[in-house]
Amino acid sequence: MAGVTYLVRMIPLVLVKKKIKNSFILSFLYYVPYSVLTVMTIPGIFYATGSYITAAVGFVVAALLSLKGKSLVTVALLSSAGVLLSELLLKLV
Amino acid sequence: MFYLVIKKEGSEKAVQNSFKKGITDGFPICIGYLSVSFAFGIFAAQNGLSVIEAVLISMTNLTSAGQLAGVPIICGGGSLLELAVSQLVINSRYSLMSVSLSQKLGSNIKMLDRFLISFGNTDEIFAVAISNKESLGKKYMSGLIFTPYIGWAGGTLLGAVAGFVLPEIVITSLGVAIYGMFIAIVTPVLKENRAVAAVVVISIILSCLFKFLPILSAFPSGFVVIICAVIASAAMAIFAPVESEGEENA
Repeated sequence: MAGVTYLVRMIPLVLVKKKIKNSFILSFLYYVPYSVLTVMTIPGIFYATGSYITAAVGFVVAALLSLKGKSLVTVALLSSAGVLLSELLLKLV
Repeated sequence: MFYLVIKKEGSEKAVQNSFKKGITDGFPICIGYLSVSFAFGIFAAQNGLSVIEAVLISMTNLTSAGQLAGVPIICGGGSLLELAVSQLVINSRYSLMSVSLSQKLGSNIKMLDRFLISFGNTDEIFAVAISNKESLGKKYMSGLIFTPYIGWAGGTLLGAVAGFVLPEIVITSLGVAIYGMFIAIVTPVLKENRAVAAVVVISIILSCLFKFLPILSAFPSGFVVIICAVIASAAMAIFAPVESEGEENA
């Protein structure tokens, strides 16, 4: 895994001296991170906590907070807190 | 990990080569990395990796999305091919960043240095490096890569240990942390940029198809990420090409 990651970074830095101009490749490479992160998150997040309900809570909290522009750490911590709270609530029921 | 690419024509003669400035510039990245790598450490422990294994992965890879995709493949007994190709696609954007960074490096940087510098080309380190007006020297790049690296490896160590030490309920709650961060990266951009929003929607649809349809759900997770990401990104690259000049905001 490390080998491939390193090669992906190393080869262009070492070999390429000119700028990439091809619009399709540039656009593709621009969209890839967002697509990758999305595919990994959905539906993965719903299986992350052992209960669909608590995971859904975490998801909704994360989505709402990030729409409001909160920072990475804030979103992560508060969505975790949301999951914790809902897990505790479920235990009480 | 988000990145900001600013294309400025910097002066060719001035070179930024202070190790100390590299360290200070890298410090905010280090702090940011601590939480992500901590979440990764937890995730790795949840998947059954030992502390040493988790830290080694972070020390050799230095990529959050790539590591997150790689761990289930490794722990699930996936093939090396799946691992290699998924890393290739997920990290493919680094090839673009490496091209940009190579333009920015000072002329006195030797080949060996290029091999070393490219190891540390993550989104954030790249963003800070590029934001300098001058060309970049070896000492500056060393400092810039050094502090975040400590944050990344150290945070993983803390997270992996915490994964063994903290009560079960806290660990499962933290399980969403890394997904929360991914959401925090993507959502602000999809709010502003309709093409990105479209990529996200297409990705969600494809990802769910692969999860729930009988034939498609047999595909291993690594390949699912590759196939969905390639289709969604290529489709939008055709329908909504990004302008090559000017700013790309993430």
